[in-house]
Amino acid sequence: MIDFAIKDCALGMIATGRRAQTLRELRDNLRDIHPGCIYHHFWGTLLRPQVVDREYNNDFAMWCYSSLHDAAAAERLAVIDPADFSDLEELRQELIEVIDERLDETELMLFARADRQFHFARSVIVVFDTHKRLSEPRELVEALPQMSVGSIFYHFIDARRRDPMSVDDFQAWLVGLGPEYSELCDAVAQIDPYFESLFALRERLTEVFTQHFVPGAVASRRSQECAEPAAENVQVSEPRTASEDVIPEDVI
Amino acid sequence: MTTETRTTSLLDRYAEQAGLDAIEQLRQLAGLLTGLKVVHVNSTRRGGGVAEILEALVPLQQELGMDTSWEVIEGTEDFFSCTKSFHNALQGKRLDISRGLLCEYEEVNAANAERLRPVLEAADIVFIHDPQPAPLLTHCPDRRGKWIWRCHIDLSHPYRPVWKFVRRFLLGYDASVFSLDAFAQPMPHSVYLIPPSIDPLSEKNQPLEPEVVQRVLEEFGVDPERPLLLQVSRFDRFKDPLGVIQAYRLAKDFIPSLQLILAGGTAADDPEGETVLNDVREAAEGDPDIHVLSSGHYSDRTINALQTGADIVLQKSLREGFGLTVTEAMWKGKPVIGGNTGGIRLQLVNHRTGFLVDTPEGAAMRIRYLLTEPDRIAQIGQTAKELVRHNFLITRHLREYLTLMVALTHGNEDRIELG
Repeated sequence: MIDFAIKDCALGMIATGRRAQTLRELRDNLRDIHPGCIYHHFWGTLLRPQVVDREYNNDFAMWCYSSLHDAAAAERLAVIDPADFSDLEELRQELIEVIDERLDETELMLFARADRQFHFARSVIVVFDTHKRLSEPRELVEALPQMSVGSIFYHFIDARRRDPMSVDDFQAWLVGLGPEYSELCDAVAQIDPYFESLFALRERLTEVFTQHFVPGAVASRRSQECAEPAAENVQVSEPRTASEDVIPEDVI
Repeated sequence: MTTETRTTSLLDRYAEQAGLDAIEQLRQLAGLLTGLKVVHVNSTRRGGGVAEILEALVPLQQELGMDTSWEVIEGTEDFFSCTKSFHNALQGKRLDISRGLLCEYEEVNAANAERLRPVLEAADIVFIHDPQPAPLLTHCPDRRGKWIWRCHIDLSHPYRPVWKFVRRFLLGYDASVFSLDAFAQPMPHSVYLIPPSIDPLSEKNQPLEPEVVQRVLEEFGVDPERPLLLQVSRFDRFKDPLGVIQAYRLAKDFIPSLQLILAGGTAADDPEGETVLNDVREAAEGDPDIHVLSSGHYSDRTINALQTGADIVLQKSLREGFGLTVTEAMWKGKPVIGGNTGGIRLQLVNHRTGFLVDTPEGAAMRIRYLLTEPDRIAQIGQTAKELVRHNFLITRHLREYLTLMVALTHGNEDRIELG
């Protein structure tokens, strides 16, 4: 049986000096920007300050919404799932097409304020071995909660860029171990990496592995949580929408 | 043995604040840098944000196994007068600096290089903080390590003649670090982005006993039983203290027990500071619930007590770099109402850890909302604290420095796989 090598990673953020103040400038920059920027602005957001749920799932969409105030562009860019594309060049083309479509249909030229320009950045990723090894999938029940968010990023997010089939490392390991883990593999595949923080993803993965190997433990924990509801923290909250930008009318 | 005990103890103390996994990650990253000679150089041992960061950062690096030292350049009055002008000009003030002062800047650096050259040339990594010691690199021709220029100031709109003068000393560096992308200038080397942080173990951020907080509030004539707003910042138009008073007044119409503290000072080199302070005093006149604390020399512990004792902290800036007071308040579990500008937009997640506002009216509305929803204050405060824990503590800052150091010493590729 092949061991699972737990690795960790850290991202350094590098400025490119390139900026956009309009949707057209964003599109023009996207045509030849370093592919690392596209990766960074889709996935790097996971390693930046955030609460559990993001209004839009990538920096391009967020900027269109918050700085250009173009909600239609924001929504269309937000729906692009980077996991659907085999490489960053395909993803780049999709971005450009979506923006071109928006430029074609609107006569408005929206400008961001000078202090709200889009700044293109890319990442340098440093991957290092923790020298921890797992010989059986069952060990992930204990190991996952101990993993840093860097490890979760590396094995669950970054893996999709490394693997020709765009699957995460957990699934890749389970598949290699034979059909007995196909059900577990399917459960891992159900976790959508695009909508949750790395902390939440760690919890979801732990829950899936625990459910598979120690089903009673998850049921018991859930009933405990129902009995004693936890205070809201950065990991627990409902998805937020743009409409929440307004204080409820009954407050004042 | 004593050193080993101290090492474990310090990292353990940070683990209590930042989490075990964050410290374990630091250990793993630092393992790739064990024994490296790292030198930080700045211009002051005490006072100011840079010294504050280094006081925490250097012992942590040492305890993680790096041979880290901290050197301070020695300067003359003219030298510091010149670098103070740099500071203002690089942040946008149109300020021409005399040839004599510029010569003094170069001569002081040359003299310091004589003293520091053996240490700097032998180092594997040299961090030069801000413009004051920037020319040291040009005096170390036999350097063997990587040199990094760490810029702590906002270079988004520098006064060009001064930036042109300073920039030529930076061209030979291997990398630069800025706090935000908007602050950066194009460089002929990689420009890393690393936001500042706070030290959870410092006097300013340690938890305080409720009695201590109450005593400080009473000392300033504040009633601990009534709701309290606080803004800690210099009396500067860009911090909008008059806007804060306006917001307080609008909210006080609905919450008559409301109190406000404006705590800060005026910078010696800011002639407008006194004018702004006078305007603030005038605006506050006749209202015993507005407390203008203007001596500017409050201890870190006093500021900590005020932040801990406040119900809501404001940083209603019209222009701001990275406002550490925002992060400090969030770490104390306070909702922050911040100006929708600059680095505050990175620090504060609108509606989750506080509110971003553009006007005094906006601030007043958020104050009223929060004070009528005490549960929301607690909930936002808790979310804010967790956001800081994972993103704005010195442990994250250190992790990014270590990542930069690994990247530079291992080829500076986009992807570096080790071990």
